[in-house]
Amino acid sequence: MKYFTRLRVKRIYEWRGAPIGFNRKLKTSEYGSLSIRVEGLPQTTVISAGQHILIEGDDDDNPYVARVLRLFADESGVQKKAVVQWFVRVSEVPPSKLQLLGRVPHPQEVFLYEGRSCEDEVNAESVLRPVQVRHLDVAAPFPVSEDGDTFYVKLSWDSRTFRPVDPSLLDAPRPSHPSIPLSPPRSPPAAAPGPRGPARRGLPAPDPAVMRGAMATPASSRKPGAEAESLHSLTKLSASKCLSAKRRSATQRTPGVRKKLQLSSPDEPAALRDDVLQQQLEAELEAGARSATGASPSLPPRITHSLTPLRRTNRKPCRRDDVPLTPRSSRRRESQSEMDSPPAGDDPSRTSSRRKEVQTGTEPVLEVLDEEEEENGALRVSRRKSALKVSSRIRKQLNLLDGRLSSDEDEEEEEFVPSRKELQSSDEEEEEKEDEELAAKKSRRSSSSHTKQKTRSPRKTPRKAGPITPRSHRHATPSIPNRAQPARRPGNILEEARARLHVSAVPESLPCREQEFQDIYSFVESKVLDGTGGCMYVSGVPGTGKTATVQEVMRCLQHAAEQDEIPPFVFIQINGMKMTDPHQAYAQILQKLTGQKATADHAAALLEKRFSNPAPRKETTVLLVDELDLLWTRKQNVMYNLFDWPTRRHARLVVLAIANTMDLPERILINRVASRLGLTRMSFQPYSFKQLQQIVTSRLNKLKAFEDDALQLVSRKVAALSGDARRCLDICRRATEICERSAAGLVGMSHVMQALDEMFSSPYVAAIRSASTQEQLFLRAVIAEFRRLGLEEATFQQVLVQHQALCRVEGLQPVGVSEGLAVCRRLGACRLLLLEPSRLGVLQRLWLNVSQDDVLFALKAD
Amino acid sequence: MSKRKAKDAHLPIGECISQVHQILRKRFCHQQLPVKPEGVEAQHKHLAELLKRTVVHGESNSVLIVGPRGAGKTMLLRSVLRELSQETEVQKNLLQVHLNGLLQTDDRIALKEITRQLQLENVVGDKVFGSFAENLTFLLDALKKGDRSSSRPVLFVLDEFDLFAQHKNQTLLYNLFDVSQSAQAPVAVVGLTCRLDVLELLEKRVKSRFSHRQMYLLSKLTFPQYLERIRDQLSLPDDFPDGKFAQEWNAAVTVNFSELFNVLLLQKKETYSFQMMCLSRVSVARPSITPTDLLDASRFCLADANANMLHGLSILELCLIIAMKHLNDVYEGEPFNLQMVHNEFKKFLQRKSNSMYNFEQPIIMKAFEHLQQLELIRPADGASAKTQREFQLMRLMLDHSQIMEALQKYPQCPTDVKQWATSAFA
Repeated sequence: MKYFTRLRVKRIYEWRGAPIGFNRKLKTSEYGSLSIRVEGLPQTTVISAGQHILIEGDDDDNPYVARVLRLFADESGVQKKAVVQWFVRVSEVPPSKLQLLGRVPHPQEVFLYEGRSCEDEVNAESVLRPVQVRHLDVAAPFPVSEDGDTFYVKLSWDSRTFRPVDPSLLDAPRPSHPSIPLSPPRSPPAAAPGPRGPARRGLPAPDPAVMRGAMATPASSRKPGAEAESLHSLTKLSASKCLSAKRRSATQRTPGVRKKLQLSSPDEPAALRDDVLQQQLEAELEAGARSATGASPSLPPRITHSLTPLRRTNRKPCRRDDVPLTPRSSRRRESQSEMDSPPAGDDPSRTSSRRKEVQTGTEPVLEVLDEEEEENGALRVSRRKSALKVSSRIRKQLNLLDGRLSSDEDEEEEEFVPSRKELQSSDEEEEEKEDEELAAKKSRRSSSSHTKQKTRSPRKTPRKAGPITPRSHRHATPSIPNRAQPARRPGNILEEARARLHVSAVPESLPCREQEFQDIYSFVESKVLDGTGGCMYVSGVPGTGKTATVQEVMRCLQHAAEQDEIPPFVFIQINGMKMTDPHQAYAQILQKLTGQKATADHAAALLEKRFSNPAPRKETTVLLVDELDLLWTRKQNVMYNLFDWPTRRHARLVVLAIANTMDLPERILINRVASRLGLTRMSFQPYSFKQLQQIVTSRLNKLKAFEDDALQLVSRKVAALSGDARRCLDICRRATEICERSAAGLVGMSHVMQALDEMFSSPYVAAIRSASTQEQLFLRAVIAEFRRLGLEEATFQQVLVQHQALCRVEGLQPVGVSEGLAVCRRLGACRLLLLEPSRLGVLQRLWLNVSQDDVLFALKAD
Repeated sequence: MSKRKAKDAHLPIGECISQVHQILRKRFCHQQLPVKPEGVEAQHKHLAELLKRTVVHGESNSVLIVGPRGAGKTMLLRSVLRELSQETEVQKNLLQVHLNGLLQTDDRIALKEITRQLQLENVVGDKVFGSFAENLTFLLDALKKGDRSSSRPVLFVLDEFDLFAQHKNQTLLYNLFDVSQSAQAPVAVVGLTCRLDVLELLEKRVKSRFSHRQMYLLSKLTFPQYLERIRDQLSLPDDFPDGKFAQEWNAAVTVNFSELFNVLLLQKKETYSFQMMCLSRVSVARPSITPTDLLDASRFCLADANANMLHGLSILELCLIIAMKHLNDVYEGEPFNLQMVHNEFKKFLQRKSNSMYNFEQPIIMKAFEHLQQLELIRPADGASAKTQREFQLMRLMLDHSQIMEALQKYPQCPTDVKQWATSAFA
């Protein structure tokens, strides 16, 4: 929509400067910063560690928010990678979990992501541009801001709960300074980092408490540095000038001090984290383990290096120190990134901020910066050259951003203005902000007609539609009014039994489906554990517990995920019957996955992107597709996609498809779809009478309401007919009603028999018996005519002749044609007879819808 | 006014008659429910209990009421609802949604109607916002959010239930039944239909979700019972303003017509239209229903439209019909064309040329076309429009008995023609 992303222009990513480090084991080389240049436009954007950035994601409208920890190139030097700390947008939190928040999230709110389930390594080329992320106190209101590019952090999110981000942690703005490698993933970048605000750059200070924690770690030599930094942290809060002064003083301190801190960085995050965790009462063993494994081995060498005065040389050894740490299991990846990141984060952010200073010219050039400038002189020249080419529009925009940043800086901490109370859905708010920002961005938008269109269309609705009605419609909450009086509880045993026997009652366990349960459970569990995808096809006649079993499996798995036994995953279900068109499946999946609304086509595109891109931060998605056969389309593209996504490498999608027919894949699916569905199949057999009996017994749960014989009768009857558990429960429920009426204590055979009769007896015989004389005569005439013709079909005219003859035999006055037609039509309306359209009059043909024997039986008994 | 005074107040005859019309018309036009449904007590009790459980305990249910037309399905439901609505607990809680398969011909319309009647939040005024898909999700979400104990129970009445089964995929039915079988807002789905085979119309997954409760309303009344009910229907209530008139009226109704209903009862037609006709003959001049009224009315009700139409035909057209009848006899119902009919007619003319004029071919053709317009004859199946009109195959839409009956009543029908009608060779 409003972001760079939409521009279908080629962005060019280039490293700025020489590698600042090389990891021998991984053969990766670290870089300080990355410049992004849009082809054809003169200006470049520089991304350096510590900055907050937007990363291209599934959804163009809502790119991911993250903070760069480290930039590096892989062994070949071709792939540019970045290690990031993620922030979760409101729209990325599952809607169900958002309720935990207990308030309406601010559309621009982001949460520090503490979950472990997503990779923090991304392709640097997916970086879009820098953004601003600010920390707010939990209780503080959101400031009213016209800036759609500012995000606010209050809480952290670990995919299960929201926790306040420790303010002390947050105060230490996680910036570029080499010495403060506050555990980057944790540290809420909040207050820190405007994209190129000069001020943010050097404000490192960890909070004293945090430092205490750090001091507890073996590296004692860090102490002075820590103090210095904490001093520094105070400055961070103040205005930019103040900051620059402090920075100067900080730089005047020996580089060694900084170095020390920097060197100790790998373990510091761990230590810090420990501290924080203690404060927050999160007992996470892992963090401890991480600190143990990560920190201790690398410490001694670091200390020695800390003494070396030269930064460059210094850093390299440091990198080397990391080497032993690097090879890690994927689970450790995060911790690794924490350790690796600080060195990387140092230089780039500095350069970028320096550039800012140069540009704005408001700040005195720092000594340190001077040094650096000399080092990077050549590079800068080239950058300037390229800058000439950048279009004035982009520059304008950047300047605007900068200007705003610097002007905001002073009030940054005090400017909290109560945000609008009625918060709309995030999308809309963002759109509105966009509007306000329109002027600033117009130029960019107009540069590509493509973007323009895309940006406009979604915004149109809220804007044009006016303030009240459509909005209230759009935000209407689906709900049924509450009842005036509470529902009555079941009063006696029979009522209790009835409540328990209702199909809707959720049983504590699903008896008789243990094997199926186990199979599905292990299938899904293995996929979730492996982080892979797959399909499973579940078939069975209605009422055999397919959906119930799968849902039970998911409940168990979700419980397991809460207990931390398996990685968290997202479970969504769609039902082919609950949508108006197969393509709606896309829209529904998307909405359940991300909460955003889109048309089917757009949703398909977004999902395609989501499942095919190696997008980071991905939890396994388990998708239950009920009534699969309803998703059939001529081209079968819906089914194709559903089964194709799981096979994608990065999808991590598990699809459980449910349908009635066992041979559905062979029957209606074309080969390429059937092939993707795979061979993992399971079929639910109809329940046997013993199983049905067990189901009812387990539901009743020792409630004595039925005679054993009665239960057995029901089960046998149902098992013989269909094996449908719903039927069985319905009959039992009806039997309790009959029993209640007859005032018997226990449901016995007679009640069950009556219930069975009501439900299974064919109404035809009774209907024929209760028909009028003429109707009965007519039926007899039909049979007589059929016998005469030897066919099962006759015209009304022919039957009428027979009918009139029968009337004479019976001593009744023969009916006329219209009377006869009326009789015939009444029989046709009940479907005792099947008729041709009545406009054919006497020529219409008719058939019996009942067997002749039934008719004769009914008439004879009369 | 005298209406409010004692029972025996005397009213002018004209006012009495208009009162009678008013009271009975209300009754016959289903505007007034009978005080107590007769003959369906068991079903009444069953349905009342069922709905009450939904309202009081929040138990979801589904039920089908099946019975031939005029059996009293709607009356049963309405009287149950009337009874329930007298209880405050029910009155306060129950939400009702009434749908009719003839009005809500597809799920899109039905969904809008449900949303509108439930007054969900996406309804503004009388207009429902959103597309079909949105409406469906919205409604399902709404129902899903509810739970057994806290949300108001919803009663869905689906009149002409069998027509809902013809909607695409039976989406609406599936979802309603699914809600009724899962832990969502409590609903009661009541379907009314006259089709006995309604369950076979349901898809198996829809069928499985239906609770299979069916109530059959099959009247098992014997002749005396039936007679009694008709008398009740025609009698005036006790609180009729003019007591004397009411007594006379009721006496007349009771005495008059036991055997006259015989014909009618054999068919068990809905008697309302019949009674209505009797009633309309009551006027100041004839202040009560007499047996003749009933006879006339029944004759009128059972009158054969096609036979009546024959009375208005010209002699030529009648002759053509007779010719067709003979052709039907000869060829055993095979279709015929104009040329054959004309030949048959000419044969008749040759034999008995004195009474009939020999018409030109175009005139015959015109008469033939007129018959086709009246739909007394219609083109045979598969007869293509390309064939020349003279040779287009046609079928006769009349039965022999109708032709003969019409001839009897035809004014000034030539004897020759009558004879010819009875025998092709007369």
